[in-house]
Amino acid sequence: MTSGIEARVLQPYKYGFVTDIEAEVVPPGLSEDVIRLISQKKGEPEWMLEWRLRAYRNWLKMPEPHWANVRYGPVDYQAISYYAAPKRRPKLDSLDQVDPKLLETFEKLGIPIEERKRLAGVAVDAVFDSVSVATTFREELKKHGVIFCAISEAIREYPELVQEYLGSVVPYNDNFFAALNSGVFTDGSFVYVPKGVRCPLELSTYFRINAESTGQFERTLIIADEGSYVSYLEGCSAPVRDENQLHAAVVELVALDRATIKYSTIQNWYPGDEEGRGGIYNFVTKRGACRGQASKISWTQVETGSAITWKYPGCILQGDDSIGEFYSVAVTNHRQQADTGTKMIHMGKNTRSTIVSKGISAGRGQNTYRGLVKILKGAEHARNYSQCDSMLIGDTCGAHTFPYIDVRNSTATMEHEASTSKIGEDQIFYAKQRGLSAEDAVSMIVNGFCKEVFKELPMEFAVEAQRLLGISLEGSVG
Amino acid sequence: MTGRGKRETLKDSAGKVLLEVQNLHATVEGREILRGVDLTVRAGEVHAIMGPNGSGKSTLAQVLAGHPAYVVTAGHVLYEGKDLLAMAPEERAREGVFLAFQYPVAIRGITNAYFLRAAVNAIRKYRGVEELGPVEFMDALEEKLKVIGWDSSYLSRPVNEGFSGGEKKRNEILQLAVLDPKLAILDETDSGLDIDAVKTVAQTVDKLRRPDNATVLVTHYNRILTHIEPDVVHVLAGGRIVKSGGKELALELEEKGYDWLREEATVA
Repeated sequence: MTSGIEARVLQPYKYGFVTDIEAEVVPPGLSEDVIRLISQKKGEPEWMLEWRLRAYRNWLKMPEPHWANVRYGPVDYQAISYYAAPKRRPKLDSLDQVDPKLLETFEKLGIPIEERKRLAGVAVDAVFDSVSVATTFREELKKHGVIFCAISEAIREYPELVQEYLGSVVPYNDNFFAALNSGVFTDGSFVYVPKGVRCPLELSTYFRINAESTGQFERTLIIADEGSYVSYLEGCSAPVRDENQLHAAVVELVALDRATIKYSTIQNWYPGDEEGRGGIYNFVTKRGACRGQASKISWTQVETGSAITWKYPGCILQGDDSIGEFYSVAVTNHRQQADTGTKMIHMGKNTRSTIVSKGISAGRGQNTYRGLVKILKGAEHARNYSQCDSMLIGDTCGAHTFPYIDVRNSTATMEHEASTSKIGEDQIFYAKQRGLSAEDAVSMIVNGFCKEVFKELPMEFAVEAQRLLGISLEGSVG
Repeated sequence: MTGRGKRETLKDSAGKVLLEVQNLHATVEGREILRGVDLTVRAGEVHAIMGPNGSGKSTLAQVLAGHPAYVVTAGHVLYEGKDLLAMAPEERAREGVFLAFQYPVAIRGITNAYFLRAAVNAIRKYRGVEELGPVEFMDALEEKLKVIGWDSSYLSRPVNEGFSGGEKKRNEILQLAVLDPKLAILDETDSGLDIDAVKTVAQTVDKLRRPDNATVLVTHYNRILTHIEPDVVHVLAGGRIVKSGGKELALELEEKGYDWLREEATVA
């Protein structure tokens, strides 16, 4: 019955190309001197350097975690170069001044900035190998008092905000990879939305690892002040590499009273080839604090790339009546491994959280959902709804679910639903009998399976997500 | 072309052999189910295939549609003179072969309307006809919905998900009406339906009868045949067609069961 459902053709990774820009790369290795060099190159104040060094010294004492349901060889942290910047980096007034090769790269990625500028008013802060090279619509945002800039710029320009909030959700010693990131992060985005402001644009950042063997350590900090709203879109793509590349980002969100942050991710880093060679190690710490009363943080992620994904975007529901949401689609094909899920920590009264996770495994992919819902003593009448669905394509892949529930208040209401289904020969045959091709049938079935998550994505992202899903699973059904 | 000319064309196509099954043998998981089926269906005809449980009725339907679990070990099937068995399932569908499933499959998150339009457009594309946009398609669909007595709320529901057994079968008939195939194979569409639903389904199928199309009804019961008059009734037993006759054969079967035929077949 299953003979027809097997890997047939390996779809070459569509975004595999290397932009030929001379990068200013610090030699491989990590030491206090390297951190001092990074801090100096970024023109950072003393307190920032001190913070980095504290993180680094902590990191040295921490063991690398291996509890995730993923397997990989040892990472040599001394073999990674911790800083790379495109050499030509003048202050840019317009796109004309951007390196044409860079623009070409964005073109290949399907995000021509000029188009973006005209279309729908999406502001793009393009992070290219650790340094921001183009930021658009800054002026428009400024009118509303919204700050959207590179984190390194924020450190220089808005030190009070950064000092108050950086590390306040993910402390520098939170975990091994967060500590590493805190020591060596080179760039990322900073967003501040002032009181009562509804951010007029969807903020969009495209990350891209380019220089060979350069670890990417992004740091993103988003602060939504009282009564504000912001929607942030993060998309990633990386070129083909033989060596594994480490990506250890940290994202911190802070929502104050009645503020809402919607954070959407599409992650399609290079997944490695069919035999599992190459590909990105995506070890990310993402966490949001619903610090204010009736605040809300919503994470939506579509994870189709990376050789290994290890991430648990979570919410700390501190404020009474605050809401946390997590909507996830994770796809593993060939030899990809994903261990992903969320943490919802209920502290305030009447806090609510919703978890909808869809895992799709094909080829020899391994997909793990790992989630923690914790209701603390003071969280009167907290509610959680969790739904974890897994879909298997073929019979050489795996799906695993580890839901942890820790309830310390008897007034809590918990609901958990889980299902595992196999995309069947019968379903595909049914669609084929109505005239659809195998590819269209699979794409339709999988998209239907993911619908509850896709509907949470902004429109243009939803379209891209569907397309990516098709590319990721191409050739997985005969 | 004038209306009269068109009628003549339809008339011409009536009586032409649409499906020719010759000595068909098929196995599933190594077990031989079909052991030499012969069947000729002409345009304009309705054939009923009856027979006891396990006689191979559903297998025949699945093999004609191209289900990958069934392996054809001998024989030929010609559809409009072409080798049907050489075609992929989707190609058969695009060429006008439709199977109403005995157990229709649910597709989560995909609405009936979306699924139907994807099917219609896949077939139109294959035939070099312009694909239909959502609005045009919905207009065309309204008519078909009325035929099976459904309101449009069924269109926004996911394909067969949460449908009752009867609703699923009706949904198959809606698809049949929308896709308008040349050869429709109905695999026990009447089983699990109440008397009224059987009537609706049968009447719909009857309305779709034309001189240029044909229907093969696989059924256990005579009752659907009281609404659709078959031209030929076949009895499938032990993987072969053991007896064929007119509609009166169905009545005889209802009265006497199948055992007498088995004996007859063994003697023969």
